[in-house]
This record gives sequence, structure tokens and C-alpha cells, in this order.
Amino acid sequence: MAEILFELAGISKSYPGVMALDDVSLRVYRGEVLGLIGENGAGKSTLMRVLGGVIAPSEGVIRIGGNDYARITVNEATQAGIAFVHQELNLFENLDVAANVFIGREKLMGGPLKLVDSAQMRARVTPLLERLGADFAPDTLVEDLSIAERQMVEIAKALSIDARVIIMDEPTSSLTISETERLLEVIADLKAHGISVIYISHRLGEIMTCADRVVVLRDGRTVGELARNELSHAAMIRLMIGRDLKALHTPPKYPPQPGGCDIVGVVTSAFPDRQVDLSVRHGEILGLAGLVGAGRTSLARAAFGVDPLLGGEIRIDNAPIAIASPRDAISQGIYLVPEDRKKSGLVLELPIRENMTLASLLDHARMWLVSGAAERKVAKEQVRRLSIKAPSIDMEVVTLSGGNQQKVVLGKWLSMKPRVMFFDEPTRGIDVGAKSEIYALMRDLADHGVAIVMISSDMEEVIGVSDRVAVMHEGSVSGVLEREQFSEYNVLRLAMGQAQETAEAAAP
Amino acid sequence: MIRKELGLGLLLVVIAAITGAINPAFLSLVNLLNMANLIGLFGVFALGEGLVIITGGIDLSLGSMFALLGVVFVDLLTTYDVPWPLALAAVLLGGLVLGGIQGFLITRLKMQPFIVTLCGLLIYRGAARYYTSDSTRGFGYGDEAATLSNIASGNVAGIPNTFILLIVLALILAVLLHRSVYGRWLYAVGKNEEAARFSGISTNVVIATAYIISGGLAGVSTVLFVFYTNSVSPSSFGNFYELYAIAAAVLGGCSLRGGEGSILGIVLGTALLQVLQNLVNILGIPNSLNFAVMGTVILIGVLADQQLQARRRRKLALAGLARAAPKSTLAEQVQGASPRPADALPARTGDRA
Repeated sequence: MAEILFELAGISKSYPGVMALDDVSLRVYRGEVLGLIGENGAGKSTLMRVLGGVIAPSEGVIRIGGNDYARITVNEATQAGIAFVHQELNLFENLDVAANVFIGREKLMGGPLKLVDSAQMRARVTPLLERLGADFAPDTLVEDLSIAERQMVEIAKALSIDARVIIMDEPTSSLTISETERLLEVIADLKAHGISVIYISHRLGEIMTCADRVVVLRDGRTVGELARNELSHAAMIRLMIGRDLKALHTPPKYPPQPGGCDIVGVVTSAFPDRQVDLSVRHGEILGLAGLVGAGRTSLARAAFGVDPLLGGEIRIDNAPIAIASPRDAISQGIYLVPEDRKKSGLVLELPIRENMTLASLLDHARMWLVSGAAERKVAKEQVRRLSIKAPSIDMEVVTLSGGNQQKVVLGKWLSMKPRVMFFDEPTRGIDVGAKSEIYALMRDLADHGVAIVMISSDMEEVIGVSDRVAVMHEGSVSGVLEREQFSEYNVLRLAMGQAQETAEAAAP
Repeated sequence: MIRKELGLGLLLVVIAAITGAINPAFLSLVNLLNMANLIGLFGVFALGEGLVIITGGIDLSLGSMFALLGVVFVDLLTTYDVPWPLALAAVLLGGLVLGGIQGFLITRLKMQPFIVTLCGLLIYRGAARYYTSDSTRGFGYGDEAATLSNIASGNVAGIPNTFILLIVLALILAVLLHRSVYGRWLYAVGKNEEAARFSGISTNVVIATAYIISGGLAGVSTVLFVFYTNSVSPSSFGNFYELYAIAAAVLGGCSLRGGEGSILGIVLGTALLQVLQNLVNILGIPNSLNFAVMGTVILIGVLADQQLQARRRRKLALAGLARAAPKSTLAEQVQGASPRPADALPARTGDRA
């Protein structure tokens, strides 16, 4: 390993209340494949966005070609030869391959009209596609390409700007096995040509195959580095975990009661070839862990009737129930606190009062006419119960803080009769104080017999709040842990698709 | 958001006062009653258009619907000698059905409102012209529907029945929109359809109902216009009328993005449009400038409204910042002005769920 291409030194990035990156240093050598791993929210994507010039670090130095920069712009990053292959591919589906490769840098014909020279662009893209072994023409529309092929377009784009390092963020999450192998071959080829690759993935097997070196991030810090000969699943997982989890857990007042919600062989549109089986008892909080995109949100959406159930059934107290819409789910007492509260949980421009009663308005109406008094009473009751900080229940929800907005979403459901509640990332973007209030509230609901499923990517939350944890991996449940088996190590192994037996045996 | 309506009402009064000062004929009883009649005629279907716009949609088919329903209505009365209550019922039903079809296409088949109702505009107009071979249909000398004609174009103590009908319908719809569960759902769907669906509202039904109501009101308007003009020329009857309705709704405070607007605003918007037209006539402005005046006033009105709203939002944002500093809040007031620590929550939540 000779030449250092780029170096990030002492990079920190703080957001209000959150330290996303804390004194991270990273070197990229010429012609190496650097694996970058860490849990959800460990800071991988933030770090790469610093390198790509998308966000400016609060502290630290970016060293490119011997020069130090406090921050770089996207253009400077591109000029320095840093290219991204995005997790969600950033391509224009309505344009052809050549146009996408040269987007923003179109080749022009001479003359005052500045017409785009498509022929020249196609001619330049052809050799790049050949080099990548792609079997589609440069004038193919991107919408006609598979995801793997689109990735090749992104890589071709990187090659066209003479990239020296290509950052791949979860490149294989939507690829088949053979497509993945093809990608790994391409990476080996890039490396042979002296191009470095930063490979971010949760799939440790792939990391083992292609990486020369692995850097592990945790909580915004670099926690370890493994050379090629030190790589092993256990070594990587051990580095990814290991922070002190605060004891958040409040034990339930009563043991879980019989009955509850059973999800039996459910198939969702996100993973049409997988089935999910899951049970949650009345009175318990079931944590639902897994990597982003493991199918947890899809499951909650299907159970709540937002997305169709492609198979299987949902039972409450052993009685199968038909759910074709959120309305059906709500009438059965199944409620969802959605992942994106601003988009799906609230009508931001309406007042607190109207949001609180949106789902139960017919209960506060006589002959379809809204009873203002009944409505105000409910809204005030919830505002008091949840200690929502707002000058009046007529305030538009958009003016509230994130934590208070989330409480309005909760208030909407608490004024009704929940039997099963799904919380999807209930504390994302919420300050610490409101977090503990929401945990206390979930526990209280459980103690009153509600079956609670808490989807969370926050390991501390999963381990601290849940009574049991189910872990999903690529569309199905890979294991269920009882409290005494709780550990970050076990959850993570299951989330990465390792069998549970080994998880228990290998618990540190 | 009563401020918007207040501003609009004020504008109406100011324009009327200035016009009246320049030409007192504007404020003559005859002219006022004539305007009331036109406001009634154009207000009824503007109400329906307003509901549709609040869902975030649009209905471009109204004018053509008048033509199609109009020729059928006249034909039923004159050619087929259908008793007028049946003909009336048929036209109202026709409007509801056409609205229902459009609502179905928009909600169930997920087509864009603009396209569906634009095609409606073309199809209904074409159907009306084909049905009549492009010939004007009118009443003969007979009194095919004298009773209905008297109701539709008559007056009570001088006040045109069309205006009275508008007020009655506006009151009913105001209750529906501003007091009923349906109205609340309509605004929620218009503002954020996804959140409405996640709250268990059948958003498709809510939206389709708006188109059905709009269709039904178009049926009512058809009958009013038929007796206003006493004949239906299929190629021109109702031309551009949907644009009057959209203009009235927008002028009255409906946002084409959905979720905003009020019945009072729509009525005031309609009134303002008619006053403007009348003003053009009565001040001797060349009639050819009619549309240009209307367009200019709407443009200025919407621009002014946006500027005012932006200012209000800035103020709110500033107030929000000021509030970030600890101050008494509702929660605290209710509890007797003592902020409670978060860990006290479970004790308080114990009485529910």
C-alpha cells in the first residue's frame, strides 16, 4: 500500500443534540477496496457525505493531493475523482444511458445553439460499458434496465469522470446472487486498474470476499480497523457492538396475558417470496429489530392495511381478521404510529385539536355534525396526559417541536381503544426528555393490556425498552430473543442473517 | 381563516362604492337585482367546484355538462312530453352520475383530475352537439314546464329565486363543510391525503363524493340556465363556465393545492366576479376588455393574498422562536402552572387505555 489518495483527519460533525461524527480519521490508499461497516446510524453515510462534499464537517481536515481543506464542495470532490454509486440510484429513468453518464456535463456541438451532441456521448460511453462487461447499448433508456444494470451505469458514470475512488453504499442490497458476484468481479477489475473502492455493506460475507481492509464505525467514531488477514465475521461484529447500554428497561407490571396478535405467514409486497411469522402478547412490548430495509416497515404497513397482504393472515386473540384498509385495522383496534410522522401521521397545517380527533371524529359527532365541545375535551385531555407543550390546542401542529408532534400522533390513538399498536421508529429525531416520556407511555399502554410492536433501529432502544426482541433479516424473522438473551451481539448477528443457535452459543 | 373572507368582502364593498360613485346606476335596484340573479346562477356550481378544489382536484367539465344535460332536459320536456318533475329528477340524477363516473376514474383508477375532467369537457360537448345535430333546442310557445320555469326564473318579493337558492345551498354546504365530519375529512384529505388515510379515513370515498356533489350542483345549474336563456345552443351553452367557477373559488380563497377555502369565500368570489363584469358594462369600458379585467383582478388578488400569507408565516415563525424560551404552556396552565418532570408520566396515564 503506497500512495494515499485521500485522508480524512479528525472529522467531527455535530447536529443539534447529536454528534454524528466524532473525531473520525480515514485514509484511502490507491487501488484498494476499503470495507466500511457499522450499525444503522453509526455514521457511515455521514462520513461519506463529508468526503463527497455534500455536507461540511464541523471540525477536521480533508486532505486531497497534499492540500488540506476544511470543507469541499460537491464539484471539488468530483474533480478530485470521488464518485458515488448511491444506495438509491440517482438516475434519470426517462433519459438514455449516455445522457445519464454525462448529465450536467453534456457534450455540445459547436455553434450558438449549444445543441447536445448525443452521438459523441454515446460513442464515449460505449467503451466504458464494454469495460464493465455490460450488454446494453448506450442509447437504452434507463427505465428499461434492471437495478444491477443501473448500477453499471452509475459505475460507468464514475469512470467517465476518471474517478480515483468509487464509494458504493449498500450496492448489493437489491441484487441477486449472480448479479452480486458480477459486481464483485467489476470491483476486482477496478482495483486492478488502480481505482479504489469504498465498500459500505451490512453483508459481511461480501466484505470478506472483496475488502483489503475494513474500518468499523460505531456511534460516529472509528472503533477499529482490520487488515485482510484479520477479517472474520466474529471480529467484525465484535467491533461493531460494545457500547454501554443504559438500563432503560422498566419491567412490565404483569406477566404477558394470553392472547394477542399473531402474524401468520404474512407476505408483503416488499418481499413477495418471504413469509413473516410473529406473535405479540397483550401486555408486552415486542421490539422489532433489523437493518434498514429488512421488511419491518412493510410488515407494519401491511398489518395496518396500508399495503395489501399478499398472503397469510393476522389474528387477534386467535380470531383471523380481515384488513383491507387502515379503516379496517383501526376498527379492530390495530393502530400504527408511522415512521414519517410529518408525511403520514399528521396534517401539519391543521390544529392540534383536529389532528387529535382525525381518526375518531365520528365518536365526537352527532348526526355527522362535529361536537366542538366533545372534541375540545378530548384534545385537552390528551394534551394534559401527554404533557404536550403548546400554548393552545388550536395551534397548528407544524409549529410544534418534533417530540410534541409525535405526542400529537400518539394522542390521536390513545383517545381511542388500542388493542395492538405498531410504533415505527417512535423516537427518531426526538430529544432525550420526550424519548423517555414515550417509553414510559408505551410501558403504561402495555400494562393496560395493549400488545405493542416497536420497530426500532436504535439498538439502545431495542434492548432497553423491549420485553422480547424479534429480529428481521431480508423479509423474514431470523430469530426471537428473550430478555436474558438480549445483547447487541445477538441482535446484530440475527440482523445480519446468522442463525440463532450460533448467536446464543457465541454470545460473549 | 375568516380574515380572508373579511378582506374579500371589504374589497367588494369598496369596488361597489367607487363604481356607484362614478355611475349611480350601478346601485340602482334593477341593476342590483340583475346582479343578484347572475350571482345566483354562477354561484351554485362554483360551490361544487370549490369542494372539488379543496380535495386538491379540479373539475373542467362543468360547462359541457350544462350543454349535455341542457339539451336532454329540453328534449325531455318538449319532444317527449315528460312531466317536469321527472325531467328535473333526470337532470339532477344525470349530473350526479357524471360526477360519480369522474370521481370513480379519479379515485379508483388513479387518473389525474385535470385529464379526466378535460376529457369530460370534450366528450359531453361532443355528445350534446351530436345528439342535437348541432341545432339549438328551445321551448316552443307551449308552457311545457311553466311551474318549474316560474320557480327557476321567478322571484320572491323582487329577490331572484336563483339568489335565494344560492343562499340556501350555501348554508347547507357551509354546515357540511365547516361543521360536519365529512367537511373535516375533506380538508384533511386535501391537505395531506396520506395522513388522512393513515387515520382511517376512506379518502377515495371522500374525494369521489366531492365530484358527485359538484355534478349534482351542475344539474341544478343546468336547469337554472335553461330557464334563464330559454334555449340551449349545444355548441356555446355554458362555454367557459367552469373557468368562472374556478376563478370564483380561487378568488374566494381556495388553493389549487387543496385543503383551503370556505363556502363564504366562494360566494364572495362569485359576487366579486359578477360585480366586475357589471362594472365593465356600466362604466362604459369596452366589453371586449371584460376577460382582461377579470384576469387582472384575480391575478392581483391572489398575489396580494400570497404576500399577506407569507408575512403571516414569518410572524408565526418569529413567535415560535420567542416561544422556544420557556414560558407558560397550555399543559402547564391546565396543571396549575407547574411543569412536571417527565418521569411522572406513568402515574398520570394510568386511567386510560
